[in-house]
Amino acid sequence: MKGRLEQAFVHARKRKRAAFIPYITAGDPTASRTVVLARSLERAGADVLELGVPFTDPIADGPTNQRAAERALSQGTTLSSVLAIVRELRFSSTIPVVLFSYFNPVHAYGLARFAVDAAAAGVDGVLFTDVPVDEAEAAREALRRVGIDLVLIVAPTSTRERVKAVRKLAGSFVYFVARIGVTGTRATLEEGLQDQVRMVRKLTRSRVAVGFGVSTPEQVSRISQFADGVVVGSALVQRIGELGDAPELPGEIEALARSFALATKRK
Amino acid sequence: MKPLPDSRGYFGPYGGRFVPETLMAPLEELTQAWQEARRDRAFRRELAELLSTYCGRPTPLSFAGRLTKHLGGAAVYLKREDLCHTGAHKINNAVGQCLLARRMGKARVIAETGAGQHGVAVATAAALLGLHCRVYMGTEDERRQALNVYRMKLLGAEVVGVDAGSKTLKDAINESLRDWVSSVSSTHYVMGSVMGPHPYPVMVREFQSVIGSEALLQIRKQHRSLPKMIVACVGGGSNAAGIFSAFVPYRQVDLVGVEAGGRGTRLGEHAARFSGGTPGVLHGTRSYVLQDQHGLVAETHSVSAGLDYPAVGPEHAWWHDSRRVTYVRVSDEEALDAFHLLSELEGIVPALETAHALAYVSHVAPRLGPGQAILVNLSGRGDKDVSEVARLEGVTL
Ligand SMILES: Cc1ncc(COP(=O)(O)O)c(C=O)c1O
Repeated sequence: MKGRLEQAFVHARKRKRAAFIPYITAGDPTASRTVVLARSLERAGADVLELGVPFTDPIADGPTNQRAAERALSQGTTLSSVLAIVRELRFSSTIPVVLFSYFNPVHAYGLARFAVDAAAAGVDGVLFTDVPVDEAEAAREALRRVGIDLVLIVAPTSTRERVKAVRKLAGSFVYFVARIGVTGTRATLEEGLQDQVRMVRKLTRSRVAVGFGVSTPEQVSRISQFADGVVVGSALVQRIGELGDAPELPGEIEALARSFALATKRK
Repeated sequence: MKPLPDSRGYFGPYGGRFVPETLMAPLEELTQAWQEARRDRAFRRELAELLSTYCGRPTPLSFAGRLTKHLGGAAVYLKREDLCHTGAHKINNAVGQCLLARRMGKARVIAETGAGQHGVAVATAAALLGLHCRVYMGTEDERRQALNVYRMKLLGAEVVGVDAGSKTLKDAINESLRDWVSSVSSTHYVMGSVMGPHPYPVMVREFQSVIGSEALLQIRKQHRSLPKMIVACVGGGSNAAGIFSAFVPYRQVDLVGVEAGGRGTRLGEHAARFSGGTPGVLHGTRSYVLQDQHGLVAETHSVSAGLDYPAVGPEHAWWHDSRRVTYVRVSDEEALDAFHLLSELEGIVPALETAHALAYVSHVAPRLGPGQAILVNLSGRGDKDVSEVARLEGVTL
């Protein structure tokens, strides 16, 4: 539902902070744990949840997310089971959920059928790592019909023309990739990020969430001063990988996520 | 009919650009640079010069007399890409793309490789043109093509083993794309076949089309007519596209692409995309893909590393659906038989990839008349496969 995503950003803004958007891979370490982790993240202060659909060939991901996908796939996680996870989550939570997927699983599922089933499960937005705006028309149409937002990506390499093309199809926010590279934790932030985000916001007239490589509360705090949302992925996924199915997993992830959530405050 | 692909890189419903946004502007830039280069007489002259004085083109067309007699049917001709410098057709594309990289001001090239032939070709062209070169190769392929790993190192390239998935070509491409996403401003990715996002399928086909243009003139001269059939093996599909492209307009010429049938027909036992695959999106392009019903890409098997890949170039998907090309499969065992047959009858040890095309020829030649000709693209020589064949046959060297 578009409403929920929209509301999440409005809500965060009112509280003078950027929206906190944690990312985890669905099915890592197990499907039932993913539901529990989603609830932990929500308690920690997540405004939106990004849920990764594991894929065999994740070309946009660094080693941390690659390993998470392998763990999830070894549990038999498929796109259908990710939708089941969202359905399950909806019994206890209304947090907006954005699926983060490579295109092939959706292509195999069938775009139209996927849109209908995702909406019924309670998915709010879908982001494809490997569907640039040039190829996004069909997906956006199928998702629009069922009220799901297509979240498009803008990169530091995107030309002005490309950013303007994104504007035509963008939903409630666009995702700005903080650096030229794959997902993973990084020690430093790119120079000029603030100017880039300002430019993207102006050209797309959309809210801008920043992700890829954001892995410390300090980085979150800096980005929160100028972006509408901050995505933290690999830092959480790394910890999930270390803890596996241990009983302390939800508590640890909640504490880690809280340190990021608190850092979204605007000064 | 308009020439394909269209401006978005589509061959009918196949092709396109399914890559992370970070790569889109660089792909637009590459498309433009290539379009300018191919119209530039100086670039064309330099490429032609290198192909002739460095790579050894034109490669000859050999009449395979003893093989023809043995099979007892059509006359078999071999387009001798094995005689190219570095031993396979891959050098045609590698030299073209490395010249382009230099023209674009990129000081570094990266490449994926399966059989090692593309990696060797890129390492060679990079040494020739003074570019830094890194090659990604699955660790299973490093094992079975060990000779080529060392060759690449001798040529000054850095070889990075990829230990994920099936540890073969697909995984090497994943890692190359990740490198490229991170290094795109300084680096050109030399894709080794007619696959990947636009413009690679059309650009690689064009760099390889020299095979078909030469062969068309040669077969007319030596056989005095067009061949009845052209046969080529299909990994990503570059040697096949290279020889087919000149003959596509001649409807009377049957075009046959040979895929790896591996050791069985179940998913995971072969790399026959057209009999076991369905349309999907992998490595930036929409084409036939070996996958399960959830869209998870399947592992593949072939005795030949160069054919061991779950997707295929999008133009082949188009040729398949429009029925211009017929695709068949040949098993590991049949390919190994053909490997020996050509060695013994013609004194040419073929690459295991090429042996798949030859195996199909030995099925079909007896069914054609003696006046007819079959043209086989002898895509590469088998030196790289000698130790692996020995191992498979229990011979210690
Ligand atoms: C000798 C030879 N033939 C064929 C191939 C398969 O590639 P393609 O289908 O692009 O020609 C390879 C790939 O490594 C090769 O080395």
